[in-house]
Amino acid sequence: MARAVTTRRKTINSLAAWTVGLLIFFPILWTILTSFKTEATAIADPPVFLFFDWTLENYSVVQERSDYMRFLWNSIIIAGGSTLLGILIAVPAAWSMAFVPSRRTKDILLWMLSTKMLPAVGVLYPIYLLFIQLGLLDTRIGLTIVLMLINLPIIVWMLYTYFREIPGEILEAARMDGAGLREEILFVLTPMAIPGIASTVLLNIILAWNEAFWTLNLTAAKAAPLTAFIASYSSPEGLFYAKLSAASTMAIAPILILGWFSQKQLVRGLTFGAVK
Amino acid sequence: MSFKTALCAASALALTAGVAAAQTTVTIATVNNGDMIRMQGLTDDFTSKHPDIELEWVTLEENILRQRVTQDIAANGGQFDVLTIGMYETPIWAKNGWLVPLDDMGDDYDAEDILPAMRAGLSHDGQLYAAPFYGESSMVMYRTDLMEAAGMEMPEAPTWEEIRAAAEAMTDKENEVYGICLRGKAGWGENMAFITTVANSFGARWFNENWEAQLDSPEWAEAVSFYNDLLENYGPPGASTNGFNENLALFQQGKCGMWIDATVAASFVTNPNDSTVADSVGFALAPNKDGVEKRANWLWAWALAVPAGSDATDAAKTFIEWATSKEYLALVAENEGWANVPPGSRTSLYENPEYQKVAFADMTLQSINAADPSDPTVGDVPYVGIQYVAIPEWAGIGTAAGQEFSAMVAGQQSPEEALSKAQALVTDEMEAAGY
Repeated sequence: MARAVTTRRKTINSLAAWTVGLLIFFPILWTILTSFKTEATAIADPPVFLFFDWTLENYSVVQERSDYMRFLWNSIIIAGGSTLLGILIAVPAAWSMAFVPSRRTKDILLWMLSTKMLPAVGVLYPIYLLFIQLGLLDTRIGLTIVLMLINLPIIVWMLYTYFREIPGEILEAARMDGAGLREEILFVLTPMAIPGIASTVLLNIILAWNEAFWTLNLTAAKAAPLTAFIASYSSPEGLFYAKLSAASTMAIAPILILGWFSQKQLVRGLTFGAVK
Repeated sequence: MSFKTALCAASALALTAGVAAAQTTVTIATVNNGDMIRMQGLTDDFTSKHPDIELEWVTLEENILRQRVTQDIAANGGQFDVLTIGMYETPIWAKNGWLVPLDDMGDDYDAEDILPAMRAGLSHDGQLYAAPFYGESSMVMYRTDLMEAAGMEMPEAPTWEEIRAAAEAMTDKENEVYGICLRGKAGWGENMAFITTVANSFGARWFNENWEAQLDSPEWAEAVSFYNDLLENYGPPGASTNGFNENLALFQQGKCGMWIDATVAASFVTNPNDSTVADSVGFALAPNKDGVEKRANWLWAWALAVPAGSDATDAAKTFIEWATSKEYLALVAENEGWANVPPGSRTSLYENPEYQKVAFADMTLQSINAADPSDPTVGDVPYVGIQYVAIPEWAGIGTAAGQEFSAMVAGQQSPEEALSKAQALVTDEMEAAGY
């Protein structure tokens, strides 16, 4: 039964929500604001918030100095490719775990997650050597594979929990109607799990987009994505905060916009199955 | 598709393939600083002279670059053809056989023209392994207006006592003006670079001839407590987290009376676009303790080297020749003015009457010439390096000791405690490393 909510309570709640939201968003807002300042205003003390001479100079400098489109294209291919590849592998894996579990399924799930418990730098050297041997250093395909492997446990886990919410009887009914395994997964399970799959895809694109350890360590000039683009503007000897902010804003803009547009999908997917 | 267009397309393809085959790609790993960015902007000059060489740039933050390049070179990854490395790494890497010697540069390259201090620091066994792109020392930058208001005058070669007196006179904490800004942020290339030079100028040394740590000496105690007192009494709040950039920002905002740091900062603080004090900055040699012959000035160079795993060694050398030549300096002067020429690499630059007009040129040269990496302090030492010790273990022990001194500046421990902890950890590390 729904509880009666007073207007006063509503106001307090929304006020609190707004405060928390703004607090979380503030660093990003500050980065965006700084990107429109001159280098001198960027370090001004006391800091200026909104009333300064807005300038687009940093963006034109960044645009002139680096080939943004190349980094962007690499990011799109790596983030998109690794997510797509991950989904292709994870959907059948999650299906078997959710609908035909064996005695060891729980252990396998936990074991998969345990690979995330090792700090990435622990396996940097072996992977680096493998990449040299296979000629994968500084290639988009190499990064796509590594990011897919890194995110695979999360993808499988997420899909597994979504699939568990789907009644097995529906799949059984499909089987009785003569659906093969392929049809069952493709035409029965997938459409029902679309919100779950969509939010998994979105979350993984975001994770892969922002991944900054492997993308910096395994690339040089050719396959470097937007994380390397940001790193190229950080400097210990010289103040380039405004330009760094402009580069960061340009790097996060696509994913921020994608996030905004798919907000509903994302939230629905993340809370999918929460209400029982 | 008609036969004609097909033929055209095919020949166009063949042509691009032909061009592509003749092209050598040189991948350059570099740091993000003003001089390097300027060079990237001027590469048209190089590519027009060498159309068969294509340049690819990888610009990274200094610490990421160092880690990235070390990893690639140790694993023989062959990702880079030209590396931007410092004076600390060059002799160590050359000894490991990781770098290609730069002995056969073109006839008009004039390697003899490279400043002797730079050449010495970038060589191993008398062989040059990295060509200096720009070099720096450290010096005192001070506010001429504040000094005048205090009725004082900065000597060209001040002692630490004179620096202390000036800092005291200029400090006005109510108006957020602090007499002196110094590095406090932990790191072998951050606070330890500065503290080591202070130690040298008080006659202290890191190790004796038998590689025994000397941080328990009275000279170290005097140097470190002097540094701590300066920051405690006349420094800005939160000095323990200030590095080069933080101090640069403070100085440009007019909050520091003095700042002792890299000579390269001179072009930043005198740039009216960024600095509010651009027209009232003076320069002086780094100080010493009265009677000690060594001053607190360091020596550093960002240099270009070719890793042993490169598959484009010749093209890489051609590029280095261009980037570190006299002609390149003239090219920058022509496009950006003499004040923006990368400093500290060649003798001929300082003999150029046009360059001598630049306000900080003379002080930079004097500071560089006063630094000798093979004779950094008063006593005899078994190591090379002024603000660092050129051994592979230094990055580790320097940073660990740096954390103790940073904690001291933050007020968490006394100079005596910081020194005894540093002495203990350096001794342990060196014993473990087999010295």
